[in-house]
Amino acid sequence: MAEKSQGQQQASTKSGVSSNQLTEDTPQRDTRSFRSRAWRRLKASLSAKIGVTLVSIMILMAITAPIVSPHDPLLFHGQYQLMEPNSYFPFGTDQYGRDVLSRVIYGSQISIQVGLISVAIALTIGGTLGLFAGYFGGWIDSVISRIFDVIFAFPVILLAIVVLAVLGPSLTNVMIAIGIVFIPQFGRIVRGPVLSAKNNEYVEASRVMGAHWPRVMFIHVLPNVAAPLIVQSTIAISLAILSEAALSFLGLGAQPPQPAWGSMLSSGRQFIEVASWLSIFPGLAIVLAVLGFNLLGDYLRDVLDPRIG
Amino acid sequence: MTAYIARRLVQAIPVLIGISIVVFGMTRLIPGDAVDMMIGIEGQVSDEQRQEMRALFGFDQPLHIQYLNWAQGVVTGNMGISMRTSQPVDYEIANRLPVTLQLTFLSMFFAVLIAIPLGIIAAIKSGSRTEAGVQSVSLLALATPNFFLGTLLILFTSRTFGWFPSASYVSFTDDPWRNMQIFILPSIALGAAISAIITRMTRSSMLEILGREYVTTARAKGLSERVVISRHALKNALIPVITVVGVQTGQLLGGVIIIEEVFNLPGIGRLAVQSIERRDYPVIQGVVLFVAVAFVLINLLVDVLYAYLDPRIRYN
Repeated sequence: MAEKSQGQQQASTKSGVSSNQLTEDTPQRDTRSFRSRAWRRLKASLSAKIGVTLVSIMILMAITAPIVSPHDPLLFHGQYQLMEPNSYFPFGTDQYGRDVLSRVIYGSQISIQVGLISVAIALTIGGTLGLFAGYFGGWIDSVISRIFDVIFAFPVILLAIVVLAVLGPSLTNVMIAIGIVFIPQFGRIVRGPVLSAKNNEYVEASRVMGAHWPRVMFIHVLPNVAAPLIVQSTIAISLAILSEAALSFLGLGAQPPQPAWGSMLSSGRQFIEVASWLSIFPGLAIVLAVLGFNLLGDYLRDVLDPRIG
Repeated sequence: MTAYIARRLVQAIPVLIGISIVVFGMTRLIPGDAVDMMIGIEGQVSDEQRQEMRALFGFDQPLHIQYLNWAQGVVTGNMGISMRTSQPVDYEIANRLPVTLQLTFLSMFFAVLIAIPLGIIAAIKSGSRTEAGVQSVSLLALATPNFFLGTLLILFTSRTFGWFPSASYVSFTDDPWRNMQIFILPSIALGAAISAIITRMTRSSMLEILGREYVTTARAKGLSERVVISRHALKNALIPVITVVGVQTGQLLGGVIIIEEVFNLPGIGRLAVQSIERRDYPVIQGVVLFVAVAFVLINLLVDVLYAYLDPRIRYN
């Protein structure tokens, strides 16, 4: 956990210097290999380092939760309710005497899981729809684009709430809801470049040589959009983590006793006067996770696609 | 210009129809129909009576007829009856709307008030510590969920001023001073992330404009930097910012749902969350429809405004 608070300190005090370097360091023609460029960028930019560090810590925390948690996140320590942070419970305990630190550590599993799965859903469905819309054009494009328009016509949280009102509140349904809401952002990213790529000579050539459309689409057209998709996925993960926290905060996501950061913060609020640590630690965990994926996204954009941003 | 507005209005129609289908469809996708929901599982009602009720509400008709009947009602302002309070849905929404509108307006007001000067300063002092500071504060604000910021603000004001969010809501017309006290913290909590987005937009837009030739010309004429920025650069730099403000106003309507819950404000967001907890579907439908349509109209307005400010857009 020491590493984590260190990361947090860096984020609040030093990240400024980095954004500066990011903007000044304009992309130049690069003949070196991708790997060396990625490494050079990482060394040059403080915000990239912070992003990579925060995300690594979070993933490590999620994987090793059973090992690094000092206590069982669900265990009631009856005699130690609402204890201030101390050496035995570094983040204090909640109203049932559960260890807040262990719950925050296990909470990373939920956030990472929701982030990855919901973005995977959106990427698969949105990407496929965008590919079809761009490649076939005509009425297929019109129908798919209108579907994207309609999904885009709802504020993110509102549409997720609609989906959850139908499916019922649960963590699985949150992943589905966020996945649906994020479909158009991926669809639109794919559609545009596919539209222009399908007229490239090499795509034309492979079609003339008798390749079927799935082969043309996946082998020749898709690689054109890989870079923006990777960048968008990273940023979407941070948005998904934020949305899951909001939905769990409203009681529509993770159900008790699951230690989701949003619901911990929500239930901690009634004790805000006597036990502020119940709200502050899960809240900080959300901030650092979202910040980490945002910075990682900026860094990947810098490395993969210097033209955008 | 008229042609452009007309074209945008026509483009909005399929989206509005799509929204209405989603909103209508959501209650049909729920297991069991509305009659079952009203009576409840343990209801002492015979099957015959259930059929009668279904006929009464038109649930025995084909789906597309049901949709048309419902849509006709919506267009004429009849969105059904709340299953909880037995009040018309439009009455319930109208009752809560002033709170949400005030919250949305104040959040955007604070966000713009802070963001535009910060964005300009960051652009003018490009490469300085000031810019780096502005940039990192925006990054942090973007990563902070509004409900966490709201909680921190409550904690801070209660510790330092002994001030707690009020349990009861007071309208502006009853007591303006008390009303503003209630709204200030939620507006800041809701506006912070938006402020960060607008700051970043203002900064990059200003930076781009400052690199243009006409700005160099203005400088070469010997105009002071203040005049160059306020007279020549600012106006053009703010055009893309307006779009962001518009789009974010729409997203604010989603954010109020959470912030109203944090600060106990009786707006339409709170209404939506309570209706979901009580499975009051007509009200959920009403709120969702209302917000989505408002969202589309705001975006439409922004597009028109954008085209008015930047005539090049109209001819694309």
